Amino acid sequence: MKIALIYPELLGTYGDYGNALALSQRSMRRGIDTEIMNVAITDELPLADVYLLGGGEDGPQRLAVDLLKKSSLRQRVLNGSHVFAVCAGLQILGNSFSVEGDDAYEGLSLVDVETARGSVRSVGELLTQVGQNRLVGFENHGGVTSLGRGVAPLGNVLHGRGNDGKHDGFVTDTIWATYAHGPVLAMNPWLCDEVIAKVTGTKLSPLNTVADKLYEERVTSLSSR
Amino acid sequence: MARRRFFAEGPASPPAGPFVFSGVVSVRSMSNRLSPRAVLALIALRTVNSLSRATGRGSGTVAGGRMGLVIYPKLLSDLSKHRQIILVSATNGKTTTTALSVAGWGDNVATNATGANMPAGHVAALAASKATRAVLETDEAWLPAVIEATNPNVVVLLNLSRDQLDRATEVRAIAERWRSSLAKASKNLVVVANANDPLVVYSSEVAGDVRWCDIETSWTADAVSCPKCTQSIIRNAGAWSCVCGFAKPNCNTRVVEREARIGDISVQVQLSIPGQFNIGNAVMAATALDVLGIEPTKSLMSMRSVSGIAGRFTLRTWQGRKLHMLLAKNPAGFEALLESLDPGNEDVWIAINARVADGKDPSWLYDVSFEQLQGRKVWCLGDRRLDLATRLDYADVSYEVVDDLNSLPASASTTELLANYTAFSDWMQRSTQ
Repeated sequence: MKIALIYPELLGTYGDYGNALALSQRSMRRGIDTEIMNVAITDELPLADVYLLGGGEDGPQRLAVDLLKKSSLRQRVLNGSHVFAVCAGLQILGNSFSVEGDDAYEGLSLVDVETARGSVRSVGELLTQVGQNRLVGFENHGGVTSLGRGVAPLGNVLHGRGNDGKHDGFVTDTIWATYAHGPVLAMNPWLCDEVIAKVTGTKLSPLNTVADKLYEERVTSLSSR
Repeated sequence: MARRRFFAEGPASPPAGPFVFSGVVSVRSMSNRLSPRAVLALIALRTVNSLSRATGRGSGTVAGGRMGLVIYPKLLSDLSKHRQIILVSATNGKTTTTALSVAGWGDNVATNATGANMPAGHVAALAASKATRAVLETDEAWLPAVIEATNPNVVVLLNLSRDQLDRATEVRAIAERWRSSLAKASKNLVVVANANDPLVVYSSEVAGDVRWCDIETSWTADAVSCPKCTQSIIRNAGAWSCVCGFAKPNCNTRVVEREARIGDISVQVQLSIPGQFNIGNAVMAATALDVLGIEPTKSLMSMRSVSGIAGRFTLRTWQGRKLHMLLAKNPAGFEALLESLDPGNEDVWIAINARVADGKDPSWLYDVSFEQLQGRKVWCLGDRRLDLATRLDYADVSYEVVDDLNSLPASASTTELLANYTAFSDWMQRSTQ
C-alpha cells in the first residue's frame, strides 16, 4: 500500500504524520508491505493508494489548495485512489471554504460541501458515533461545513462540534474526512483498519495493540461527560 | 484563524524556583519618581501579595501585580523608567535564558518569578526591586504589549515553534505580531535574534538594530515554508534561503560546538547545565549583555553559576532513585532533549499530561521523533501514558505502561526523567533534593 502524505510542510500542524504511521504499522503487522511518501510542495504528486491531507494554518491551506488544483489529485481520486482528510484537508476537498478575513476560497470540488467561517472557534475533544463504533479525537478549527444533498456525514456528534454540532466530516466511496485532527487513525484503531481493508481490498486479521486501550480510555472518559 | 486569549495569567503554578518573590522595597523609596496613582497601585499590590503569602495561596507575585495594573494600567510603564531592561521571549528556553542573563549581568538584577511572564508578573518583579537593571522573561503573545510598556534596551528572541495549539495562537500569527511590533519600536532598541529560525528572522528583520546569532537550531518543522511567500525554504550546510530572496542574514554571533564568537571576541563556553541548545541560549544572553557593555568572556564565566532553573536539569531523589529532571513542553523541546540524553542509560522515564497548562491536545507526540529511542526502554508515566505508549508502539520502541508507580524498577544509576509541564511539576513535588 502506497501512502502519500501531502505537503506535510503546509498541512502538518497537528501531528498529522501519525495517520501515515498508523496506516503503515497496522498494515505491516498483517504482512502488507507499505511505503510512506512525503510529498513536498516542489514534488509531482506520486501515484498512491491513499492520499493523506492534514491540518494547516490559513496561508499554507490556501497555498496547498492552489498546488493541488494544478496536480493530478482530482484525476487520481476519480480513477479510484482513496483520500483520508482531516480539518483543513477536509475543507480543501469541498467546493469552497472561508478563512479569516477572506471571501470564500475555491476548493477542489471533489465532494459537494461548503465551509463557512463559524462565529466561534471549536477547540476541544470530539466524540462521534460512526455506525456501531465511536470516533474520538481533538478538533481545533473555525469552520462550519454544510454537506450537499446526498453527501453522507462520517458520524453524528456526541461531544464537540464537528461540521456543525450535529454531524462530523463526510464519507464517500473513496474519501473519509473528519474534523478530528492529527493522529486520529492512531487513536481509533478500528477506523484505521477499516481504511486499510478498503484501500487494499483485503480482510484483516485482528490485531491487539496498546492503541485499543488508549481508544477505550478516551471513549470512556468522553462518554461520561 | 485562532481566537486569541489574552486575559488569564499563566494557568498553573509553575514549580517553585529560586526566583520566588522575596524582596521588599518601601513605596517611599520609589515614590519620588512615581505618580500618586502609581503609589496607590503599589500599596495595593503589596497588600495583596502579603495576604496571598500569609494565606498560603502562593508566592503572591501574580495576584498583586494584577491588582496593581487594575488600579493603574500604566504601572508597568512607570516602573520601567530609569532602568536598563532586557526582555527574553521564545517558545523554548526563555526561562533558562532569562536566568543566564541575570547571572551574566552580575549582582542586583531584577527578574520575574519563573513562569510569571505576563505583565502582572513583570510589575510584581519590578515593584519588589530597586535594581536599575532587569531581565524579564516574556510570554510570546504578550511581547508586543510589554515592549511598548517597558521600552527595553534589548529584546532577545530565541525561537518560535508550535506549542499548545489548543489554547494559543498558531505560530505564524505570533511571528506577524512580533514583526509589526518591532517595526514600530524605538530605533534605539537592539534585537538579539536567532538567525537559524526563519520565523524569528521574519519577525526581527524590520527592527533598526539586530544582532543576528548563528546558533544550533534543530527544530525546523514550523518554518519549512517561507513566512514571506510560503514557498519552500531551502537548507544547505547551515544556510537557508527562499527563491523570493528571504535568507539567513549575516551573523554577529556564531557558535560551533563550544566555541563562540561574539563580534570580534572569541570565547570557549562552559556551562553547568547540559545540552547544545543551552550553549546557544547562553551565547545569545551574552550577546545581549555585550550590547549593554558587559564583556562576553566575563558574562559567560558568571553564567556557570546557573545549575538548575526551577528544578530543570537538576538531580532529585525519589524512593532511593536518582532522577535527572528534564522539562520539555512541546515538540521542539522534546527533540532537543532526546538528542542530549545520556547514551549509556538504557531506561528512560517519560511523563506526559494534557492538563490546561500543558495544552489539552497531545497530538504533538507524533511531531517528536521518538523513533530515536529504539534500543532503549521507555517507562510511560503521567495522565496520558497510554497516548505516549501508543506513539512509542507505532515507533517500534520498547515501552512499559506504569499504572502503579511502585512497580517502577530500582536502579543504581541516574534515571533520565523527561516530563511536560504539569507532569514535571508533579515529579518535583513527589521527589526531594
